[in-house]
Amino acid sequence: MAYVNGVGEQPAIFVEGLTKSFGEVRALRGIDLSVPRGTVLGVLGPNGAGKTTAVRILTTLLLPDGGRAMVEGHDVVREAAVVRRSIGLAGQSAAIQEELTGRENLEIIGRLYHLRRPETRSRADELLEQFGLADAADRTAKTYSGGMQRRLDLAASLVGRPRVLFLDEPTTGLDPRARLGMWDVIRSLAAEGTTLLLTTQYLDEADELADEIVVIDHGLVIAAGTAEELKNRIGGDVIEFTVPDRSRIPDAVRAIALIGEGEPHADQETGVVGVGVGGRGSDALIEAVRGLDAAGVVTRGLALRRPSLDDVFMALTGHAAEEEQQNGRRRGARGRRRAGDKETARTAS
Amino acid sequence: MTAIAQPAWAPGLAHRIRWGVSDTLTLTRRSLLVWLRVPAYLMFTVIQPVMFVLLFRYVFGGAIPVDVPGGYVNFLLPGIIAQTAAFATFGTAIVLAQELKKGVIDRLKSMPIARSAVLTGRLVADTGRMLITILIIIGVGYLVGFRFLNGFGPAVAMVVLATVFGVSFACIAAYTGLAIGDEESVQAFGMIWLFPLTFVSSAFVPIQTMPGWLQAFANHQPVTYVVNTMRALALGGPIGDNLWKSVAWLAGIFVVFVPLAVRAYRRAS
Repeated sequence: MAYVNGVGEQPAIFVEGLTKSFGEVRALRGIDLSVPRGTVLGVLGPNGAGKTTAVRILTTLLLPDGGRAMVEGHDVVREAAVVRRSIGLAGQSAAIQEELTGRENLEIIGRLYHLRRPETRSRADELLEQFGLADAADRTAKTYSGGMQRRLDLAASLVGRPRVLFLDEPTTGLDPRARLGMWDVIRSLAAEGTTLLLTTQYLDEADELADEIVVIDHGLVIAAGTAEELKNRIGGDVIEFTVPDRSRIPDAVRAIALIGEGEPHADQETGVVGVGVGGRGSDALIEAVRGLDAAGVVTRGLALRRPSLDDVFMALTGHAAEEEQQNGRRRGARGRRRAGDKETARTAS
Repeated sequence: MTAIAQPAWAPGLAHRIRWGVSDTLTLTRRSLLVWLRVPAYLMFTVIQPVMFVLLFRYVFGGAIPVDVPGGYVNFLLPGIIAQTAAFATFGTAIVLAQELKKGVIDRLKSMPIARSAVLTGRLVADTGRMLITILIIIGVGYLVGFRFLNGFGPAVAMVVLATVFGVSFACIAAYTGLAIGDEESVQAFGMIWLFPLTFVSSAFVPIQTMPGWLQAFANHQPVTYVVNTMRALALGGPIGDNLWKSVAWLAGIFVVFVPLAVRAYRRAS
């Protein structure tokens, strides 16, 4: 990976061969990253993959064992003080003072950035407005909802106008509505040209927000590219439907066996049957409808969908993204989430 | 490659000191604001020592014969003040553990602020808190019969000694808070070291009333030396070895625990 690209522009974040171990645990086993200015990189991986370790090294909180990491052209180890002047960090929990008001929280951060008093005030007002907290500005943060606290936390990370922002699982623990609110805020930051590195274990989140995605697992980058490129890797579209009468599943599988590119898969428990159909999308869909009709199998929600990042993760690692717990134990195959549900489903009508 | 050619940002020493002080004061203000904002904190830090004063003065005091001018209440007050200063450090340890867990310390460490400011800000705020509590106890003491018998200067010296003693314990507490990093464990651990040190000392009872093996501990630990010195400053009478032994202990605590606390802060995650 070249440090400077063809046009001579240096990336906002550059990481090469980064390693870090905690005793026996090799959290990072040599990762490379390059994030061009003004873009959003999604770092996707299950719990314990090494995402937080990478963020902690890049934000000068942790020393790496080997490799190098540069932010805005400065080495995070040798020039940590300089790096701190150009970064912002919002972590997995709201690092705010709950006893203080939203405004007080931001003003204290402003004072720590050595802004002058009037500037501190106006910057706080500006951020409270931008993050939809203006009405709650003078209430203690304790009274805020989880989503509001996380937005305040994000606002706090922006007081110093960072050029590079690190968001470590910004929506973990938020309810779906608060998550969408957070996405809007993150999108607006990206639109303003802030370089963003965002870690997440939610596949749909990376898909929504990131220009480029790297997938890491067990401390290694196992795939990189745009969401689209990653999805293409597992080869085209998927036809999927549910068979309400579980005893008819074998008939359904037989009916579609010939149209698919691979073996159909069926889940006895949920009744979901699916098959990869490569690039033959709509033709395959029509054949499937005819085949199922001829076999007299009743189906629900027959659809052709683009593969989700969940499918990608499954294909790359052999396990679903959220199966694995912090301690590395596998929880079994049942925790698999359908991240792609809402996005690319095109129903057959 | 323009950014690489830029000189690293390196302000002069005077600048750094000014910013260090400014950052410390900002964080001190933050901590005191939190303290004032939560009535429960305020109540506990003030009411608990007042309760101790009343409890020992009126409940246990009658049963404890002491040989100081003015009787047990005069014996008691310096002891209660030292105990209060020591117990105030529970707050230091717990708050640091909480901030660590919530990511507040990560946020501050990732910002371009003076590296020392988080710890010094915490210690300055806790010292202020300690001092206010000490003055309140002296006030309550006066209401229940306590009197300084040795003049104004030594009385001030007593308050200063109590505060320095409290700060030394706050350094131990800061280390435990950052090294353990879990609120409940920190609290439990605080009990384990603070209770024996404060109660198995000359703070509440004359050491001669304890069994011999306990006297051996009580006679040679820092709280006893500090309380004896404070008592001599408040009431008059010989200070003897107590002052220099107090100073030696406190200096020893600072020498050991300041670097430990700083190291724990650097490593904290």
